[in-house]
Amino acid sequence: MRALLLRDLRLAFRAGGGFGLGLAFFLLVAVLVPLGVGPEPATLAKIAPGILWVGALLACLLSLDRIFALDFEDGSLDLLATSPIPLEGVVAVKAFAHWLVTGLPLTLVAPVLGVLLNLPGPGYLWLVASLAAGTPALSVIGAFGAALTVGIKRGGLLLSLLVLPLYVPTLIFGAEVVKRGAAGAEVSVPLLLLAGITAGALALLPFAAAAAIRVNLR
Amino acid sequence: MELVVDKLAVARGGVTLLEGVSFALAPGRALILRGPNGVGKTTLLRTLAGLQPAVAGRVSAPPESLTYAAHADGLKAVLTVEENLGFWAAIHGVGGVGDAMARMNLLDLRDRRAANLSAGQKRRLGLARLLVTGRPIWVLDEPTVSLDVASVALFAGVVRGHLAQGGMALIATHIDLGLDEAAVLDLAPFKARVTVGSGGFDEAFA
Repeated sequence: MRALLLRDLRLAFRAGGGFGLGLAFFLLVAVLVPLGVGPEPATLAKIAPGILWVGALLACLLSLDRIFALDFEDGSLDLLATSPIPLEGVVAVKAFAHWLVTGLPLTLVAPVLGVLLNLPGPGYLWLVASLAAGTPALSVIGAFGAALTVGIKRGGLLLSLLVLPLYVPTLIFGAEVVKRGAAGAEVSVPLLLLAGITAGALALLPFAAAAAIRVNLR
Repeated sequence: MELVVDKLAVARGGVTLLEGVSFALAPGRALILRGPNGVGKTTLLRTLAGLQPAVAGRVSAPPESLTYAAHADGLKAVLTVEENLGFWAAIHGVGGVGDAMARMNLLDLRDRRAANLSAGQKRRLGLARLLVTGRPIWVLDEPTVSLDVASVALFAGVVRGHLAQGGMALIATHIDLGLDEAAVLDLAPFKARVTVGSGGFDEAFA
């Protein structure tokens, strides 16, 4: 399993691996929104939590179709399915690798982009906390969507349509944590719900994704 | 351990292609599968490898004892020859990467990226993967595609070495590998008469 994780990270960081695509997209959103909305600090502070979370979510969505599609095309997925590693483990490791190259960097740069959007002071801690708790769910749900659409040529559109509704609860609770945190209010309820979604997705979806891949490989 | 296939029926896309396929393969033996295009050679091999369920029949060996090599080599273009092989060796928990490269004549190419290999060199790398799986039964689908005469002979030698160590090989090929000792099974007689599958809604839950 460690070998698979290291290979996926190595592939992501080598030329053409797609690392940085999500980050660049996130940066673009955070830079362009103030230009489009206007420079009023009060307006920006009000929309900052929502924009930051929507930006992170869409940035995550960009690279989802690569999770399994590339391995399917070159035959690696067939070979992984017949390898000693259970397919559920393959899914979990690949989702974790996806989080390490998208979710984690997004979480780390989010406070910097929060400045561009005039996020109120108390919100920064909760922005990082909510992204840290929520982005693993985005990767795992995305891996499930990618498993459902593996083998479909240009499956990106279908993948987005399948995955977006599943992303909605994470988005709602994630943005709510930042909104309440920025206003200095109590955040524990949405934060716990957010963490609960992540924990549930981590526990269940690798099995669902592995089943979907088995069907798609037939 | 021996591989016994008993009255196996396999289907592709809901259409049964082969039925009643029975053969036995003892340790140290190889079996060449022949048959016209579309008869179901690939489907049979994928079923044996555990990638799809059989319609009927029984396979004695568990999928964990087989390793499958098909048209796609499972190579990553941005990784070097050694990294590609090392990955599969680590996945299977066995060593012998250097030995595998030596036996498939890849040592000169070890630091070259798979993207810069010729089709034949890629194929040799894909076949070298078999040596780092540590599995006794090799299931090979047209292994000699894009190999030149010398490489075919090299690979035949590798298969012979595997058989000599008590391994088994099941090879679907149109090209003569020069494995004179291997038995040949013609799949044409096993072609399913009723080619329309049961179909229906229940297939989605099969």
